[in-house]
Amino acid sequence: MTPMPSPPDEPPTVGPADRAGAIADVAPPQRGRRTATDVVGLGTARAVWFVAPAMLLIGIFLLFPALWTLYIGSTNFERTGPNHVNPEFTGIDNYTSVLSDPSFYNSLWVTLLFVVFSAVFGQNGLGFWLAWSLRRVDRRVRRTVETLVLLAWILPSSVVAFLWIAMLDRHGGTVNMLLDMPGTAWLVDYPLASIIIFNIWRGTAFSMMLYSAALSSVPPSHLETAQLAGATGAQTLRDVVFPHIRGHVLTNTLLITLWTFNDFSPFLITAGGPGDRTEVAAVYLYNTAIRDGDLGYSGAISLLILVANVVMALTYLRMLRKRSAT
Amino acid sequence: MRGSVRTGGGSKRRGTSVASTGLIAVALVASGCLGSGGDDTPADPTKNADATEFTLTITSNAIKGGKNSEGAEWIEDYVIPRFVEQQAEKGVTATIRFQPVGVDDAEYKSQLGLDLESGKGADIIDLDGIWVGEFAESNFIKPLDDVIGADVVSAWDGWDQIPESVQQNASYQDVRYGVPTGTDGRVIFFNRDVFAQAGLPDDWQPTSWEDILTAAQTIKDELPGDIVPLQLNAGTAMGEATTMQGFLPLLAAAGAEIHQDGRWQGDTAAVREVLELYETVYGTGLGDPVMQAEAKGRDRSFQLFTEGKVGMLLESDYFWRSVVAPGAEVAPMADRDEVVGYAKIPAITPGSGVNGQDFVSLSGGSARVINPNTEFPQQAWELMEFMNSFEATEEQVGAAPRITHRDDVNAEVLSGDPMLTFIAEEVVPLTLFRPGLLEYLDVSVAIQEATYAIIDGATVDEAIERYQSDLEAIVGDPDAIATG
Repeated sequence: MTPMPSPPDEPPTVGPADRAGAIADVAPPQRGRRTATDVVGLGTARAVWFVAPAMLLIGIFLLFPALWTLYIGSTNFERTGPNHVNPEFTGIDNYTSVLSDPSFYNSLWVTLLFVVFSAVFGQNGLGFWLAWSLRRVDRRVRRTVETLVLLAWILPSSVVAFLWIAMLDRHGGTVNMLLDMPGTAWLVDYPLASIIIFNIWRGTAFSMMLYSAALSSVPPSHLETAQLAGATGAQTLRDVVFPHIRGHVLTNTLLITLWTFNDFSPFLITAGGPGDRTEVAAVYLYNTAIRDGDLGYSGAISLLILVANVVMALTYLRMLRKRSAT
Repeated sequence: MRGSVRTGGGSKRRGTSVASTGLIAVALVASGCLGSGGDDTPADPTKNADATEFTLTITSNAIKGGKNSEGAEWIEDYVIPRFVEQQAEKGVTATIRFQPVGVDDAEYKSQLGLDLESGKGADIIDLDGIWVGEFAESNFIKPLDDVIGADVVSAWDGWDQIPESVQQNASYQDVRYGVPTGTDGRVIFFNRDVFAQAGLPDDWQPTSWEDILTAAQTIKDELPGDIVPLQLNAGTAMGEATTMQGFLPLLAAAGAEIHQDGRWQGDTAAVREVLELYETVYGTGLGDPVMQAEAKGRDRSFQLFTEGKVGMLLESDYFWRSVVAPGAEVAPMADRDEVVGYAKIPAITPGSGVNGQDFVSLSGGSARVINPNTEFPQQAWELMEFMNSFEATEEQVGAAPRITHRDDVNAEVLSGDPMLTFIAEEVVPLTLFRPGLLEYLDVSVAIQEATYAIIDGATVDEAIERYQSDLEAIVGDPDAIATG
């Protein structure tokens, strides 16, 4: 499996992963085959029994649906009609046509903008800023702000969607009244910006809480030293705070990126419209599957989205692992 | 430590690959189940025919205090108590439930499809007539003769009262799947208050598109800027309404049917004429394109019409009887009979409409079907007969007249409503129906997208090019598309 084990005395040259591999090979492998090599003396056969329930659950709820999607994606199955009754196997046709479908790339592009601006910059930035600036304010003020931010997070989607539709309404919407801009149709003229701001508002609570916890792990003595040394706020953040919370930043960004990538709540506000201007991946998938009834085609899309998710998750995990190894 | 974990890793991975091979096998076996649609085992019409106690459920996209409120009231307050009473007289205990729904038609349809496919759902179901073919092809619904028994179905005396053309709304390929529940027609509604302020006649009846545009221009010139002269259904947000209450009547006015002589209308002169009209209306400020892009733009246009902020709307008589009717839930107008005017839809120029007509219209209608999975087919049919009896139909439209499926009821009730008499006598004879073909539903979406392109600022050439290529993808066979 591993290529030629490198002698342990040779200096490790490349990444930490290789170093781990090198250490691994120090253990004598031959003996491990015959007797139990783990601490509790379980042995391979019994160990398999131990992981079997977990593997089974993963198999039923993760692998099977993924394979099922792969299968549906290779048929012309539809919601209704003759192709519903007698679907035919079409091989990779759906996959090739999705990959040449401008609507698919449009949805990816819209999703990218949505994720980058609402999650990576928006929720991350605002969440951190709130956590940082609420550190030393009066406890009551802090509790009130936190409650309000949390409220946006825990209210049911349908309720907040209704609130936002009413707020952004073209005739008599709250925003138009406050800004004195009657007749501005926010959801038609600035649909993507509207759902980005909506999502920042909606999801900042998580980042705020995570960063509040992370910031408490920064030793106060470091902050005081920085203050004594005359560091500016920006310098303190960069050189004292950030090195402590880098892992949290990565974790947070990973989680909110994945959530936002798969977020469906924009549908409740704009239904993907006008046209396809807010058709993020999840909405595009819904519209293809449920509105248009093209289940085979949408199976192909969802598999591609699944792959994109896995790639994103693996990239982040790699970065995390690299960080914890250094 | 790490070494031992790693040694075990080899066999664990082998275990995983065994597991995943197994899963692939499971997936492939299970995949044989994909398809087959609804249950295709033959229905048993005599099932539970002698039951002395039964339960049936009726569903419709209607809900008290919301969408089609009168329809829901009729079922809950008249049909159910009366039918239960009738059964009690026979010594049978009937429990009838109504499952109200009040959502967009597309969502209602998805829900029905899922219910029927999984062998569930209400026993008596209201459908849009245009879904009958699709549901039949999917085995979601079955011919009445199979579900109830041919002798029982044909013995019903109600069929004699339902015109052949209306029966088509509940049939597919000349086989009955249910009982139709009425029909409708499309006209131009205008707000007489707006017209009076602009100096336009009270009994306005345009005879060409030019007349419509002139009236719209007059409203624009004479009245303040927040009054929208003419709102034509367009775009994707309002779904089928764009096609049925916009594009198709206009296409008929331009002299074409969407599917004629075995071919769909592609990049033809008639389609161009219609898209050019959209461009004129939405490009020169006669209509409000932003409203068409809004998710609830159609309801908004109704609202604004009642407030005297919209001059003209092209709508079905549904607008008259369910939207602006005094006491309706969407946008009631107490002075509807005085303020709301209506006119037939003119051909581009007299005589240039479809079949050489001066005026055109489109009609649809809905159907009531029996769920093939019902436990009590005979009782469901009895309930269906009752719902479509003269008395029940008359009761249904007594308070809120509409054109029913029964000639005898129409003769009684329509005289009381000049608008519906107008539809029945002047519009229905001119009317066209949508093609009962499966591709229609996809073509309709392509039409909605073409009109959306126009309100989004595209030129007619750009919109029609995209429409043509969408159509080619839907229809497949280029000979089945008319161009030029």
